[in-house]
Amino acid sequence: MKKSDEKLIINGKRIDGRRLDELRPIKMSVGVITRADGSADVSSGDTHALASAYGPRALFPRHLQESETGILRCRYNMAPFSVDDRKSPGPDRRSIELSKVIRLALEPTLMLEDYSKATVDVFIEIIQADGSTRVTGINAASIALADAGVPMKDLVAACSVGKIDGKLIVDLCGKEDNSSEADLAFAMMPSKEYVTLLQMDGTVSNEELIELLDMAVNNCKRIYEIQKKVLKEKYKIEEE
Amino acid sequence: MLWINTTSYVIDMETKEIVLPGEKIAKKEGKRVGRGAYFENDDVFASVLGIPRISENEIMVIPLSGIYTPRIGDKVVGIIESVEISGWTVDINSPYTAFLPLSEGVSGFVDTARADLSRFFDKDDIIFCKISKVTKNKTVQVSMRVIGARKLYSGIIIKITPTKVPRLIGRGGSMITLIKDRTNCEITIGQNGIVWIRGENKAKAIEAILTIEKESHTVGLTEKIEKMLGVEIKTKSDSDEEV
Repeated sequence: MKKSDEKLIINGKRIDGRRLDELRPIKMSVGVITRADGSADVSSGDTHALASAYGPRALFPRHLQESETGILRCRYNMAPFSVDDRKSPGPDRRSIELSKVIRLALEPTLMLEDYSKATVDVFIEIIQADGSTRVTGINAASIALADAGVPMKDLVAACSVGKIDGKLIVDLCGKEDNSSEADLAFAMMPSKEYVTLLQMDGTVSNEELIELLDMAVNNCKRIYEIQKKVLKEKYKIEEE
Repeated sequence: MLWINTTSYVIDMETKEIVLPGEKIAKKEGKRVGRGAYFENDDVFASVLGIPRISENEIMVIPLSGIYTPRIGDKVVGIIESVEISGWTVDINSPYTAFLPLSEGVSGFVDTARADLSRFFDKDDIIFCKISKVTKNKTVQVSMRVIGARKLYSGIIIKITPTKVPRLIGRGGSMITLIKDRTNCEITIGQNGIVWIRGENKAKAIEAILTIEKESHTVGLTEKIEKMLGVEIKTKSDSDEEV
């Protein structure tokens, strides 16, 4: 990753004209993959994630089965055309790690005690990548799971925060991500206020970290409102 | 024969409120917390997307999506998956396959040493049966030795979302009776979302069922289906109806 000398914040505005604490425009839709039990399509600016959820369903091979609880399996994958230089298809070190991280972010919310020996599968495809792909993926996966009717304690909302040019910012785009001093991926169960994912690269001071977390919590709650709205929209009882 | 589970529910279309996982429904206040809900301290939250139901002694959420989980007493349409030595395994459209023991499948004595069990039920046969046992680690047993249980000959099966079964049956069986009368088809609905249909006008019946599944959350569905199916088809003989 090359650090450019280009200024990323000019007069309090970021390269795409956003304020420091402004999210990119978010679009969400539910039920886009009709063959899946639940699915969602979430885009945040130029980052576009497609998630589908299946299950609980029978789990094979049998050695993966848990006799006391159901399990969650996650797959995060970036499409070869999702980035400027073609990404070679298939799982690599990065996507295997992100699959695990996303699984750990979603697992605390699922209530699979009643589904012993079964599995819930979540597939996240990044169609277009422009920073913050893992949090966009989590946002999509969370509403896909709710759409599939999997019992959950709460939805999961996620967002990224970071630091560039000494300023704290929300929802990093690809360019900002590449030249950031620090970036932090954050996911939480908004109505319970439990943090389920906290990952950071780079360095920040103690005070800055506290401030970053505050910003992340606030923005997760904003995303949560959109998630709620889009789910209720799909299932609302229409009047003739 | 139309059969309605006593535990089945008909979605009350008057309530328009929808809750999402994690949303608070009510105070517990000593009430029982039923399906689709969980509690923390004295607050009850939804665990699935659905419509909350608060009665005098129970708080629950009627799910609007999700898979079928076998429960004792449910009547389901199953497909024989394989023939075993002393019974059959049955696909019941859930994460767990069910087992139909020989003694629950046929009445009378069968000498397992001589008889080939495929004589009674073979692979891909369709049966209407009752869930008789579900253990904690999800071993499911079904039984054919109950009223209404039978093998379903010919016909075709379609799958619908299990949570929409009550809507397809309608209040007191109104919706399904309507489809049966108008299309003159035999229809058997399993609680597990498998629907078996036999009759000349099955295409029309399927169209109606799929419309109900797709628009189950709309008001005035019965009228729409009524319009769709048109006038009643004159039956050759009324005794033709299913027993």
